[in-house]
Amino acid sequence: MLNVENLEVTFALGADVVRAVRGVSFTVQQGESYGIVGESGSGKSTVLRAICGLAPTSGGRITLDGAELPTPRSPAFYRRVQMVFQDPYASLHPRHTIDSVLSEPLSIQGFDRHDERIEQALEDVGLGAGFRFRYPHQLSGGQRQRVAVARALILEPQIILLDEPTSALDASIQAEVLNLLDRLRAERGLTYVMVSHDLAVISHMCERLLVMQHGLAVEELERADLRGQRAQTDYTRKLLKASAGYTKEDAQA
Amino acid sequence: MSLLDVENLRVTFPTRQGPAEVVRGVSFSLGRERLGIVGESGSGKSQTGRAILGLTPAPGVTTADRLSFDGIDLRNLGARQWRGLRGKRMSMVMQDPKFSLNPVMPVGKQLMEVLRTHGASRAEAREKSLAMLEAVQIRDPERVFRAYPHELSGGMGQRVMIAMMVVSEPDLLIADEPTSALDVTIQIEVLRILDRLVTDRGMGLIFISHDLRLVSSFCDRVLVMYAGRVVEELKASELHQAQHPYTQGLLNCLPQIDEDRYPLPTLDRDASWAE
Repeated sequence: MLNVENLEVTFALGADVVRAVRGVSFTVQQGESYGIVGESGSGKSTVLRAICGLAPTSGGRITLDGAELPTPRSPAFYRRVQMVFQDPYASLHPRHTIDSVLSEPLSIQGFDRHDERIEQALEDVGLGAGFRFRYPHQLSGGQRQRVAVARALILEPQIILLDEPTSALDASIQAEVLNLLDRLRAERGLTYVMVSHDLAVISHMCERLLVMQHGLAVEELERADLRGQRAQTDYTRKLLKASAGYTKEDAQA
Repeated sequence: MSLLDVENLRVTFPTRQGPAEVVRGVSFSLGRERLGIVGESGSGKSQTGRAILGLTPAPGVTTADRLSFDGIDLRNLGARQWRGLRGKRMSMVMQDPKFSLNPVMPVGKQLMEVLRTHGASRAEAREKSLAMLEAVQIRDPERVFRAYPHELSGGMGQRVMIAMMVVSEPDLLIADEPTSALDVTIQIEVLRILDRLVTDRGMGLIFISHDLRLVSSFCDRVLVMYAGRVVEELKASELHQAQHPYTQGLLNCLPQIDEDRYPLPTLDRDASWAE
């Protein structure tokens, strides 16, 4: 469904050239949940932003159902592909009510029945219509992230790009948001591309995953490989080991 | 004898709705060991750490029945006495290097400042600072010494903060989420540095974190905080025998690499936990 081929993203600031993504390729099937893992600076978020047209691509192709994506992206693209950002404290406008946050995409895309859709979207993410006229500062972090998910869902997209959707949240709230994402995917047959630095979260959510380091794709794994600790590269093994926590060997190393 | 004794510590902030008690009667004692304090946002774990160092932000008020560090009563110290203790005998590593280092001062100068304040000569301070940067596994200490904070990565910045806090060889270090902003692999390196300081120098460490699993793999003892209270105290090795439903819930709701659980168990908060 979504195909990324030899994607290159380069940021040039004067004489400084940063090659954030260097030739990354992957394919996401319809209904699949695909994970991208890596450390900060590995280029994982930049890949998502490039798909959405938020980062300048300097090489490679991104196709959706075989058709290359236009730059800038068309409204029809955003109908099908929506994104949820990392920090729910930064991604909602502080002076817009939840109602205006949710009605803006509806107006842009020319949807009808705003009231009904907004109430339904809030219901779907477990918030209820009572939250409709509140401001973001009246919500907790987990509730804000639910609003961000509702904003992505309200256009009834097929693909949702998730950029570290739970890393700013407490563990118990993370569980709630992950359950919500799981449920929505099962109910609506959504396709997810999810970026995270947390291997456990990716292993919980995604059937296949790509490990990235320094802008390069290190290796692609199935969930079963991850669980069976069958990583091919040293870097992935190192990540797996570090995810298990601190050990006495670490103290001696 | 224990290094730090805390009995019935309370921190209160006045609000328009009346006083809000964010730490409500916390008691523990610390030897030369690694003690973890775990809880979610708003549980009062950071305020507990700050209160011990007398850093409760105004207009907050700290009270305790007993708050003693190495025999010194910390409750009614004057500003001068605090200056003699803070940085020298007890110090604190904050969460985010981006906000806790002075952005317009080179790293080396900030490190030397700690030592100069506590009476070292310029040459001595420089030498010790460089040695400390090396001790926290910075490969090119001379370059980092001259660098400004924005020229360092997150992991490097965090190591610089640790270097700054331990350069005066304190007896007690309070680390408030020292690794939360870091990647997993760098996180392990930072923990290794802290671990060495405890084992080699006999420092007491209070490690504040929201990550129960990480804390239990690193610390000797863990206090679990909920709504300003310690709901459970555990040996880190016996975490899986946790009794309190909150601790169990926190452990359960984390996804695991080698487990299939759909949906993840969530935490049903019981009003009685906060009482």
